[in-house]
Amino acid sequence: MKAALGNARTEAERHAGALWDAVRAGDEHTAHQVVARAARLLGAEGALLDVVGAVQRRVGREWAANRLSVPEEHAATAINDRVIASVVPRERRSADRGRVTVACVDGEWHALPARLLAEVLTLRGFGVDYLGAQVPAPHLVAHLHRTGPDAAALSGSIATRLPAAHATITACQAAGVPVIVGGAAFGPDGRYARLLGADGWAPDARAAADVLSEPLARPRPGRQAVDDLPHLADHEHARVSRSSPQLVSAVYAGLEERLPVLRELPDLQRRHTAEDLAHIVGFLATALYLDDGELFTGFVAWTAEILTARGVPAGWLRLGLELLRGEMPDLPRSCRIVGEAIWHLDRRPSADM
Amino acid sequence: MAQRERVTSAPVLAGSRWDVVPVPVVVVDDGLVRAVNPAARSVLPAAQPDGAPATVAPEWLRSAQERAAGSPDRPAEAAGGWLGQRSFVAHPVREGGSVTWFLVEDTDARRANAALEAERRRASVLAEVSSVLQASLNPQRCRETAAELAARHLADAALVIAPSPRRRLPMTVCVRGGAPRSLHVEVDPEELPGLPEALRGFPPVPSRWVDPAAVPSWAVPEAFGELGSLVVTPLPGHGVPAGALVLLRGAGHGVFSDEEDAFARIFAARAGAAMSAARLLAEQSQITDTLMRDLLPSAPRRIAGVEFAGGFRAAEDTEHIGGDFYDVHPGAGPHGDESLAVLGDVCGKGLSAAVLTGKIRNTVHALLPMADDHERMLRVLNGALNTLSPKRFATLVLASARRTAGGVRLRLTCAGHLPPLVLRLDGRVEECRSRGTLVGALPEIEAVTDTVLLAPGETCVLFTDGIVECRGGPMGGEQFGEDRLRQALAGCTGMPAEAVVERVQMLASDWVGRGLHDDMAVLVVAAPREPVT
Repeated sequence: MKAALGNARTEAERHAGALWDAVRAGDEHTAHQVVARAARLLGAEGALLDVVGAVQRRVGREWAANRLSVPEEHAATAINDRVIASVVPRERRSADRGRVTVACVDGEWHALPARLLAEVLTLRGFGVDYLGAQVPAPHLVAHLHRTGPDAAALSGSIATRLPAAHATITACQAAGVPVIVGGAAFGPDGRYARLLGADGWAPDARAAADVLSEPLARPRPGRQAVDDLPHLADHEHARVSRSSPQLVSAVYAGLEERLPVLRELPDLQRRHTAEDLAHIVGFLATALYLDDGELFTGFVAWTAEILTARGVPAGWLRLGLELLRGEMPDLPRSCRIVGEAIWHLDRRPSADM
Repeated sequence: MAQRERVTSAPVLAGSRWDVVPVPVVVVDDGLVRAVNPAARSVLPAAQPDGAPATVAPEWLRSAQERAAGSPDRPAEAAGGWLGQRSFVAHPVREGGSVTWFLVEDTDARRANAALEAERRRASVLAEVSSVLQASLNPQRCRETAAELAARHLADAALVIAPSPRRRLPMTVCVRGGAPRSLHVEVDPEELPGLPEALRGFPPVPSRWVDPAAVPSWAVPEAFGELGSLVVTPLPGHGVPAGALVLLRGAGHGVFSDEEDAFARIFAARAGAAMSAARLLAEQSQITDTLMRDLLPSAPRRIAGVEFAGGFRAAEDTEHIGGDFYDVHPGAGPHGDESLAVLGDVCGKGLSAAVLTGKIRNTVHALLPMADDHERMLRVLNGALNTLSPKRFATLVLASARRTAGGVRLRLTCAGHLPPLVLRLDGRVEECRSRGTLVGALPEIEAVTDTVLLAPGETCVLFTDGIVECRGGPMGGEQFGEDRLRQALAGCTGMPAEAVVERVQMLASDWVGRGLHDDMAVLVVAAPREPVT
């Protein structure tokens, strides 16, 4: 038994390696063949989660490590998405385990994890409505009223979409439908799932299907989004996210003044700089929403790595953060969070300043 | 004896003076009742001076006496309770070892308090019922919630039966403490007295008690045990019957009191309102879905060796449709060997714009046999749109695609629309050279068709102005613009069609962030890199 399990694992790894090569080469034909063979050896669920899912996780890791560009990531994902169809049996199955609506939170374009969950739930006998990427909350709620599912499963990979995810979770619960969430956005231990009042959390599709095998309790009425997050009373999240364009403009102007070399850069690089600043403000707003400074510190550390890899002097990021803090003297929580990030930035082992 | 007499009478009132006190008074000393006035004798008939309290007083009063006598250092505490049918508060006055109890009646206040408590409980249950029932606008979910609440607050089990034009009735059953179960039952409502009227909502009938012997077996949940009483209550909706609520109690669990009956009626009114709202919404959304199905843009993935992918985002998040549209038709042209892709934009947005896109799409569909001549097709379409009143115009792109040995041959014609962009394998982005006037505005139109050859791996991107004209960006207020689109496309070399669509949609959506935007549509025609079986 143990040997068989070990064997299945190495088979899964071997096929995942072959699928990775095919996906990177844009070779859809081979990708189909690899996954079809994996399905025969490992079963459909194994092929979906341990081969296609494994490759997709690797796509995410490679992108995060700046070894895969965004268009390459899209292309790899598109091929992965296409091969899923060759694994899933075409005949209709009885859907007697209950009905689940699977969707990505608003603004979330990474639909593949949600699609894998939808396929696994279908394989396990659930009735599944798969709504795909970036579903606005009004669409989702209208769908829930129309179909009355036993649960809604929401997927999110980008932390900055958590405030929108929170609104969606609350909206689903107000419609009487319990919500299970998953994806990198909710933290490796699901801490943001609990913070945002989700009824369930799962680290991956298999665990989510296991959680859903027991019906989730229907949410009690009357809960409001602000009940979960009393710190929002200081309005700092609202002020920072609303004034993001002004903050970015002001910090950018400050950077140009302090670093005249910026003006000499080609347009594309200046555009990158502005986008980086917008991301920083977006993560600050999210950290304020969740009252979690670590989220911001972590993002700043990651940005520092990426900038180093792009050949941008590390001092620029620190200066940008200083300027940002200077723009919000009347926002104490924001200043504290940015200050902590600067403190950690100065203690990075590879800080070259 | 004489000494004791002196001690007990001295602190309070002597002998017959007690008789004038209007409230019952009992004096207890050394474990014995020493004095009782006439008012006290009327509520404690067995009380005799020098008798033991145990024989005359109820438990609450005896234990109050024990507490008062047992801890002489603390102030004696008042106590309350029933004496026969009346309720009293006993106030103690302690002097030396004796305690004099003044009994003040509070029967009315206590009854009023109990009624108030019951009313508060009912009000809080009703508030909960309302908010739980109104949470879902799904008819089945609503029935389940109503049955569960009724089984929790009103009866040992509840059935909620909805009216149906079909023979099978939707019914939800819930036994107290259990989960609701929904099913469709093929039964004759006439078998349960009062049910047909409740389901029709006519004639208006109050709750109807049914003799347990006359109840059909399908109306009693499995393993319910012996039925004691059953009542059928109509669920009034918003001017439409919402169904019937059937409440069941087991044998020996008593019948419904007047108050419970009144409460059940209020419950039924709330449940009925929620259920009929859910039913009306379900009927409306079914109509909307059916009408909208034809208005949603659609593109098959692959036709005759050519790949297609499309994406659409309505201006409003609450909408699914708008004034942008696209379609891909196989079998176009006189020989049926081409595919025709159409992408366009009518003036306006929302539903009224979507209805116009429906007319244009139908007309284009009917004109497929003449798709070999785009200009002629546009002239006919222009003529058809010119007959509309008020005048509505549209811009569109026609793209006829045919697989050839070397890739895909595309004939492109722009009618007042932004020219499509062609993404070459070497990363160059070229603009299609076709130009033409918009349709529906002028009696005559002009259009020039451009032919483009796509090598395997190359793509042609059709898009609406919502993509390039959206405003936002890191500093806000800046237009996305065609330059940025070209730059994004240059990075999409060799990507599958749907990945290009997703990339463009994602960039535009990220650009606007939470800002306002117009409808956005993208349609990609691609020559696949290799044949895929």
